[in-house]
Amino acid sequence: MKILKLEKSDLDKWLAEWMKSSPVYAPVQSGFGSFYDWARLEQGRMPELLPGVPKSSIKTFLFPQPETLEEFSADPADPSAFILKAPKTAEQLTIIAGVRPCDARSVSLNALPYAKDPYYSNRLRNTALVGFTCETQCSTCFCTRTGGLPTGTEGLDIAITRMDNTFLAEILTQKGELLAEAGRTGTDAGGDALSRLEQSRKNSGSPVSSADDPAPILREKDLMALYQAPFWQEIAEPCLNCGACTFLCPTCYCFDIQDEVIRDRGRRIRYWDSCMFPLFTLHASGHNPRGLKLQRVRNRFMHKLKYFPERFGPISCVGCGRCIRECPVNIDIREVYTDLLAI
Amino acid sequence: MTKQTADNPNNQMVNSYTPFPARIDDILVETEDGNLKTFRIVLENQKDISKWNHVPGQFAMLSLAGRGEIPIGIASSPTEKGRILFTVNRAGVVTKALHQMETGSRIGVRGPLGNGFPVDSDLKGKNIVIIAGGFAFTTLRATLVYMLANRDNYGKITVIYGARTPGMLLYRDELKEWAGRNDLEVHVTIDSEAPGWDGLVGFVPTIAGEVAPSPENAAALICGPPIMIKFTMPPLEKIGWTDDQVYLSLENRMKCGLGVCGHCNVGPVYVCKDGPVFTREQVQRLPVEF
Ligand SMILES: Cc1cc2nc3c(=O)[nH]c(=O)nc-3n(C[C@H](O)[C@H](O)[C@H](O)COP(=O)(O)OP(=O)(O)OC[C@H]3O[C@@H](n4cnc5c(N)ncnc54)[C@H](O)[C@@H]3O)c2cc1C
Ligand code: SF4
Ligand code: SF4
Ligand code: FES
Repeated sequence: MKILKLEKSDLDKWLAEWMKSSPVYAPVQSGFGSFYDWARLEQGRMPELLPGVPKSSIKTFLFPQPETLEEFSADPADPSAFILKAPKTAEQLTIIAGVRPCDARSVSLNALPYAKDPYYSNRLRNTALVGFTCETQCSTCFCTRTGGLPTGTEGLDIAITRMDNTFLAEILTQKGELLAEAGRTGTDAGGDALSRLEQSRKNSGSPVSSADDPAPILREKDLMALYQAPFWQEIAEPCLNCGACTFLCPTCYCFDIQDEVIRDRGRRIRYWDSCMFPLFTLHASGHNPRGLKLQRVRNRFMHKLKYFPERFGPISCVGCGRCIRECPVNIDIREVYTDLLAI
Repeated sequence: MTKQTADNPNNQMVNSYTPFPARIDDILVETEDGNLKTFRIVLENQKDISKWNHVPGQFAMLSLAGRGEIPIGIASSPTEKGRILFTVNRAGVVTKALHQMETGSRIGVRGPLGNGFPVDSDLKGKNIVIIAGGFAFTTLRATLVYMLANRDNYGKITVIYGARTPGMLLYRDELKEWAGRNDLEVHVTIDSEAPGWDGLVGFVPTIAGEVAPSPENAAALICGPPIMIKFTMPPLEKIGWTDDQVYLSLENRMKCGLGVCGHCNVGPVYVCKDGPVFTREQVQRLPVEF
């Protein structure tokens, strides 16, 4: 792995060079109301990184909504009317910069259920993730309890870490190499860069250096013991079923599919759906297998912490804390971890 | 930075979301209330026809562009070449629109999806009991036709099928034909006496209790309303049947049919991908979310 040393001005140059041929997105503080959120960079509008994660998660790029699955003609006179065809996809690289390690990890986790999904794979192939490792953990950050790290690099093409007043850029993939070349600046950080990086991680106040992963423990627990645990009622009680948690969550990847016709053109789209909504499971007969709030809240947590690890290995939560930050009734997934692990 | 990864093999990834274009070739009204129709579907493209290969018990997404997609069990056997049958109950938005379509209309078919009954593995060489109630007979019809086409692979075959009234029975012509065969035992029943009906009268569980064969080297395939399944089990258990010999087909609301969208899960399993066929033993170990 190559490590480059960059000054602040080199970083600006990288972004400026990338913007010439690709759309580049990064978190900014202003311009979009008062939210700290993603925006497209342009000359004169550079990333403004704050500790923690932007309001919306990175799934807005890799799992955007709506995503057009197919298009069709709805003109009855057209011989190919109502034949669905997937839209042609351009091979155009999008660069997302300032990605936090938790968001980056969510991209790899979602790639597990989406392994055979051509739309997700297309976007994954055409997206480069340039990360900024974390120097500070916010009160709602808990990546270290999910198998991640504030300095983690999983899912990233380039990981940038601040060291004193310069930056070290770890070039992690082929895509990362292309970007580094296209940036046209930066010097080799020298053979000892990796050990310096590791040393600085230990000293830099980065609070934890080893990940504490609940997945192996939760995988071994008895499914029905967790499902029938006594605490679900209490956890679910205040929930409003607003779905904010699922929409903000980078690793909530469920979707609905709907058709849309405007005059003679139609398309089939998918967009985010939420297991917090009763309609999610409602049968045409009126029967609803998860008609109760308790069942829906339980499903969200059980999916992330038990069903997903059973099927794919890791838990489906990266500890970004968005659901904790935005839940109007203060439901805290960390408490659910504690409860489940105690069973 | 365009085109730099254009030769990536992922470009050729199969798109399982896109339905095959198809035409409605024939429509048969099955029941006296007109709520159930069987649609005979022919795929339009030769390459899709030659690729199509299903197992009885699998389902497909029927796609009405502009309305949506619905999961429907495949009612025909793979041995019935050149046509795919779907028997559809008019229930909501898409099924209603489908019922209003005419012969020759274009629809889309996506599939086959799900696992199907293990007709070529676990069920081979066994005595088979098919128990169906109401319009859940569809994929069991597919299974029965398949077994009759491969008759030597199975032992004794018993069919128990019930509906509310004689006019609510599906596939009436075939039921008559099957009743005349000597390599098959058919018990058709209706819920209560009806004029002109001289067959069995009584609920499926009662009839099952009377005619069910021994569980020795046997398997039961049961499809019907949950209440029917619930009451059919005790009489079977009484003569020694166990949950691992009983196959059920689950239904849940579905969108992708591919185990991705999250709609159909029953605890850790996806009905669309891991099912819809499960043994009762498997179902008993899951949360009751279907
Ligand atoms: C594996 C499997 C096999 C099946 N096999 C068969 C079969 O062989 N034959 C058969 O007849 N049926 C079968 N079914 C059932 C069949 O899929 C349903 O009856 C069908 O999906 C109903 O679709 P619909 O559009 O007509 O009803 P819906 O439109 O779902 O109607 C129900 C109501 O739900 C509401 N609704 C639905 N979608 C939305 C939405 N997105 N937003 C808001 N509200 C909504 C509406 O209020 C609507 O009126 C099977 C199901 C499964 C899972
Ligand atoms: S469950 Fe909450 S903390 Fe975990 S990844 Fe989703 S939003 Fe972040
Ligand atoms: S954000 Fe909170 S209230 Fe809203 S659905 Fe999620 S847990 Fe329930
Ligand atoms: S229908 Fe999408 S996961 Fe089963």
